[in-house]
Amino acid sequence: MIALLMRDLKLAIRAGGGFGLGLAFFLIVVVLVPFGVGPNSGLLSKIAPGVLWLGALLACLLSLDRIFALDWEDGSLDLLATAPLPLEAIVSVKALAHWLTTGLPLVLAAPVFAILLNLPTAGYGPLVLSLLIGTPALSVIGTFGAALTVGLKRGGLLLSLLVLPLYVPTLIFGAEMARRSIEGLNAQTSLLMLAGITCAVIALLPFASAAVLRVNLR
Amino acid sequence: MELNVSDLTVTRGGIKVLEDVSFAVKAGEALVLRGPNGIGKTTLLRTVAGLQPALRGEVSLDREQMAYAGHADGIKAPLSVTENLEFWAAVFGTGSIAPALQAFDLEALAARPAGALSAGQKRRLGLARMVVTGRPVWVMDEPTVSLDTSAVQLFAEAVRAHLAGGGLALLATHIDLGLAEARVLDVGPFKAKPPALEDFDGAFL
Amino acid sequence: MSSIWEYANPKKFIATTDRLLPWVSALALGLMVLGLVWGFFFTPDDFRQGSTVKIIYIHVPSAMMAINAWAMMLVASLVWIVRRHHVSALAARAAAPIGAVMTVIALATGAIWGQPMWGTWWEWDPRLTSFLILFLFYLGYIALWSAIEDDDTAADLTSILCLVGSVFALLSRYAVNFWNQGLHQGASVLRAGALAGDTEERVSNVFATPLFISMAGFLMLFIALVFLRTQTEIRARRMRALLARERMQ
Repeated sequence: MIALLMRDLKLAIRAGGGFGLGLAFFLIVVVLVPFGVGPNSGLLSKIAPGVLWLGALLACLLSLDRIFALDWEDGSLDLLATAPLPLEAIVSVKALAHWLTTGLPLVLAAPVFAILLNLPTAGYGPLVLSLLIGTPALSVIGTFGAALTVGLKRGGLLLSLLVLPLYVPTLIFGAEMARRSIEGLNAQTSLLMLAGITCAVIALLPFASAAVLRVNLR
Repeated sequence: MELNVSDLTVTRGGIKVLEDVSFAVKAGEALVLRGPNGIGKTTLLRTVAGLQPALRGEVSLDREQMAYAGHADGIKAPLSVTENLEFWAAVFGTGSIAPALQAFDLEALAARPAGALSAGQKRRLGLARMVVTGRPVWVMDEPTVSLDTSAVQLFAEAVRAHLAGGGLALLATHIDLGLAEARVLDVGPFKAKPPALEDFDGAFL
Repeated sequence: MSSIWEYANPKKFIATTDRLLPWVSALALGLMVLGLVWGFFFTPDDFRQGSTVKIIYIHVPSAMMAINAWAMMLVASLVWIVRRHHVSALAARAAAPIGAVMTVIALATGAIWGQPMWGTWWEWDPRLTSFLILFLFYLGYIALWSAIEDDDTAADLTSILCLVGSVFALLSRYAVNFWNQGLHQGASVLRAGALAGDTEERVSNVFATPLFISMAGFLMLFIALVFLRTQTEIRARRMRALLARERMQ
């Protein structure tokens, strides 16, 4: 399992497009928003948590189709399926590798990009915390979507259509947590719900992803 | 160790392609499947290797004993030859990759990125992967594609060594490997007959 | 022998539904005409909402069927996963576009009703938002079905998507509720059936009877459409199977 994780990380670093692309996309989204809504800094700081969450979510989405597609094309997936690892473990490792190469850099970059959007000082901690808790769920749910569309030629668009509705609860609780903290409201419920969703999808969704992958491999 | 396949019926896209296939391969033996394109050799191999479920019938060994090599080599272009093999060695929990490198004459290429290999060299790397798995049953689909004559000899040697070590192999290939241990099975006679229209799901199949 | 699973035989299904279809369709037409005409022309105007309230006879039944269609797909998907009856998977496939259209009708009538009542076509109210999300789930489900060529693979994948989607749809419902407490009145129809509705928040009895008739009509309409579309799916699948059979010879 560690070998698989190391290989995926190595591939992401060497082939490029792992760390870099997601972050660049995130930055572009953050830069484009003020062009869209106007340079009013009061308004920007009000919508900052939502924009940052949305940007992270979209950046995450961008690299989902690479989770399985490359291994599918070159036949590695067939071999992994016959390897002495359960497919559930492979799926989980893949999700972890995706989070490490996409989710974690986004979490780390978020406070820097938050400056661009005038995020109130009180918001930095909750925002980073919510992203840290929430982005693993995005990766795991995305892995399920990637497993669903792995055999399809034009799976990218379909993948977004399938995954985005599944992201709704995570987005709501994540952004809500940051927003409520800034406004001085009680953010504990959102925090707990967000953590609950993340734990639940990490525990349960790999079984669905593995089942889906088995169907797609045959 | 013996691989027994009895009355295996395999499907592709929900349609039966081969019906009631039975054969046995003992340790130290190789079985070469023959048959025209599209008859279902790949489907049969994938089913035997446990990658897809059979409609009927049984395979005596479970997939934990098998290593499957398909048309694609499962090679990552950004990684070097050594790294590719080491990865599979780690996944399958086997030790040294040196024998595999040696068997397919890859030592000189060991540090080269796999993306810089020629098609034949890639194929050799893909086959070296089978050695690395340490599995007793090799299930291989057209293993000699894009290999030159000397590489085919290397491959035949590797299979022979594998068989001598108590392994067995199931191959689909059109090339005569010159293996004394190999028997040939023509899968043509197993071609599935169109199903009766009065089945339970007869309105479909 | 007379098990319910016999109807999972495609031929038997087609034969049975062929006999039922005229009756179900007639019932659907009758109930809908009765319910809608009664509702539109023979009920008093609501003292606060005026005549706009009458859109309820389309809005509520279609909203109900939008959810029930998904529930039916969920059951059919489970049957496919457990018993692997092809008809079940095809029925789920057949129900999806109907459910999606019901969702659109519910959303559209809701917007038309909301304009005079709340002064806005759209409000990010939990119920409205949930329906919009439900619609997205329908879209994804339909798109996945149409994207995969192999029938059995498509059936397997969409079934699992339906199961996972159901959990996430419920989760979204609660998330959205938490996110925004809205304008929409609570589901008051069932309470109206149980009690004599006399407080203004409830749908009172005068409105309830035609509403229930209309709901029954929509249900029959849904059943008729599912029968019809499942038959079509079975025949389309049979056509593909016959073509494949020809290739085998």
